[in-house]
Amino acid sequence: MAAVNPAISDIHADEHDHKPHGFLHRWLFTTNHKDIGTLYLVFSLTAFFIGGSFAMLIRAELFQPGLQLMQPEFFNQLTTMHGLIMIFGAIMPAFVGLANWMIPMMIGAPDMALPRMNNWSFWILPFAFLLLVMEVFLPGGGPQGGWTMYPPLALEGGANVAFMIFAIHLMGISSIMGAINIIATILNMRAPGMDLLKMPVFVWSWLITAFLLIMVMPVLAGAVTMLLTDKFFGTSFFHAAGGGDPVMFQHIFWFFGHPEVYIMILPAFGIISEIIPTFSRKPLFGYQAMVYSLASIAFLSCIVWAHHMFAVGMPLGGELFFMYGTMLIGIPTGVKVFNWVSTMWKGSITFETPMLFAIAFVVLFTIGGFSGVMCAIVPADFQYQDTYFVVAHFHYVLVTGALFGIMAAVYYWLPKWSGNMYSEKWGKIHFWSSVISVNVLFFPQHFVGLAGMPRRIPDYNVAFADFNMMSSIGGFWFGLSQFIFLGVIIHCVYYSRQRATAQVWEGARGLEWTLPSPAPYHSFSTPPVITDDMLAHGNVTH
Amino acid sequence: MSAGGSHRGVLKTTAIVVICAFAFGFAMVPAYRIVCEHVLGIRLAQTAASASTLAGMSEDTSRTITVQFVANVNSKLPWTFATEQPIMQVHPGKLVDAWFDATNTSSHDIVGNAVPSVAPSAASAFFNKTECFCFTEQVLKAGETRRMPVRFFVDPRLPRDVRELTLSYTFYANEAATQRLSNTVSPPPAAG
Repeated sequence: MAAVNPAISDIHADEHDHKPHGFLHRWLFTTNHKDIGTLYLVFSLTAFFIGGSFAMLIRAELFQPGLQLMQPEFFNQLTTMHGLIMIFGAIMPAFVGLANWMIPMMIGAPDMALPRMNNWSFWILPFAFLLLVMEVFLPGGGPQGGWTMYPPLALEGGANVAFMIFAIHLMGISSIMGAINIIATILNMRAPGMDLLKMPVFVWSWLITAFLLIMVMPVLAGAVTMLLTDKFFGTSFFHAAGGGDPVMFQHIFWFFGHPEVYIMILPAFGIISEIIPTFSRKPLFGYQAMVYSLASIAFLSCIVWAHHMFAVGMPLGGELFFMYGTMLIGIPTGVKVFNWVSTMWKGSITFETPMLFAIAFVVLFTIGGFSGVMCAIVPADFQYQDTYFVVAHFHYVLVTGALFGIMAAVYYWLPKWSGNMYSEKWGKIHFWSSVISVNVLFFPQHFVGLAGMPRRIPDYNVAFADFNMMSSIGGFWFGLSQFIFLGVIIHCVYYSRQRATAQVWEGARGLEWTLPSPAPYHSFSTPPVITDDMLAHGNVTH
Repeated sequence: MSAGGSHRGVLKTTAIVVICAFAFGFAMVPAYRIVCEHVLGIRLAQTAASASTLAGMSEDTSRTITVQFVANVNSKLPWTFATEQPIMQVHPGKLVDAWFDATNTSSHDIVGNAVPSVAPSAASAFFNKTECFCFTEQVLKAGETRRMPVRFFVDPRLPRDVRELTLSYTFYANEAATQRLSNTVSPPPAAG
């Protein structure tokens, strides 16, 4: 890479974008990080609406007690598929798409390090997703045992078990390749002057997330492979009848699963750490503390997995270890929350849509964090286990956390991607509509959960009727609000007449804002010269 | 680029991490066993306690332990299975018999295996079975009923705060053994 011929890059700079012609050549064979980023983001938005429509059906059934619209078997498919689609189809590809678009532009690289692998890691996804979703339309229906696939229940299905496992294998391969690419790009392709501790926090968050991905996705692959051989090849890893242990699956699964929840939130932390300084017109408070807290959250996330299974009958020593370990995560997370607040302190804040989403993220993610600490308390968790309290907790951290982070990022960088400003008025309508409805949707679930309403059940005690109706109304409202989001994006990309400037936002710092808007098809063919005041966290000496 | 190492180098290193992580998933299978049995003292293997374990123990009549029995059948096995005594009061160190009854309600011969579980799990290391129907495969002919014993004793070293133990059995169909049985004993049934 060191030998970039200046003559060649000059010729490139003089030409126009020279994108490949023809739809297939442009999108199917593309190795351009911006194209692949766009593909990921469009894929993720599609999956978000499919997974969201499943959630609408769930809320419709739960609108009233009793069985109105569907049989329990179908309801169980909906909850299982909603979880799998949102995690592997919506949230993770969205973050990988943002990484593809932004990381090369943020570190002054011409493209990702391994562009062909990049193409491959995207194009596996639609096929994996097809395998997953088509099950619902096959005889016997989709998997019904929950996205966590606990045996022996998950193995009671028919052919759908194989479909689900192969879909997960493919998605795993895709994210591992994506992660390797991101690691190689960040370690090898930084422009001169972009030291590790001067990288934007979004890049840092993705470097750490990528390491988590290559460490835990293979473990999930191993766990589902064991499920596969248990189901179809007569092994007994988890069959109690053959000397196996179903609880062992939970240990292996959550060894992947807990780091996975941080894989879905760390990049959002990075995004928020970019947006808040921009709209507060102040450098990020405590840049190094932010980086180290990211790293310590990632480390701690690998040793707390059994807090998902306090009720399986662990020895007291184990319960205590996992309880204190989990609570310890509150410390680096608290560092981040306080640093965001300190960044805003005495800043000249303006409230454009990305900033509104970022502030909502800080407040609502913290609520989800608090209910997480409540769940970490072993004796209390015996009451929360498998109730709607847990559902409320992880939707606060995943919807108002990860998803709001993604939406903030889309509003923040969309002008850079498309060259047009989105409609600020409709962006704000989308924000307020979403932030109110999401609380109407999930806050009452805390109450019904504490009162004992179990999750994954299509019917419930009439005592929970009012809160469930409220929750369903919030759900439909939140679901419909997302069509505003879709409309704002389509309008911005195709119809908006308001051109974006290169810097887009008055307070924006960082290499991506030195490029024109829309970002040219090939950027930084020659490495930029970097001065500290161009960087997102400002002119900070280390 | 100035930061540049070789991409191939990063690819190699990360690929090794991925392979190690995949292997680690499978390494957790034996590791789980070792941690449970040697670190946490939970007994996973279903083996008979030897008579010598009992030989060195004296009956502790100062304590009485309530042992509860639970009998379950997996939904794929057409048997009924029940315990004759839901509750027994035993002294630690004394060898006791409990009886269970299983009936094959189907019209063909089936092999079943019973899987025991002791709660609380911390006490499982102190619950010893010298003889149990769960150690072997149980073959029940169509309609046959069998009375089956469990001979057990509670180790007197059982922590003093444990006053109650639950022994639960779940019977599962042993499909492989049932298949073997139908192949050797009777000619394969006509296709239908």
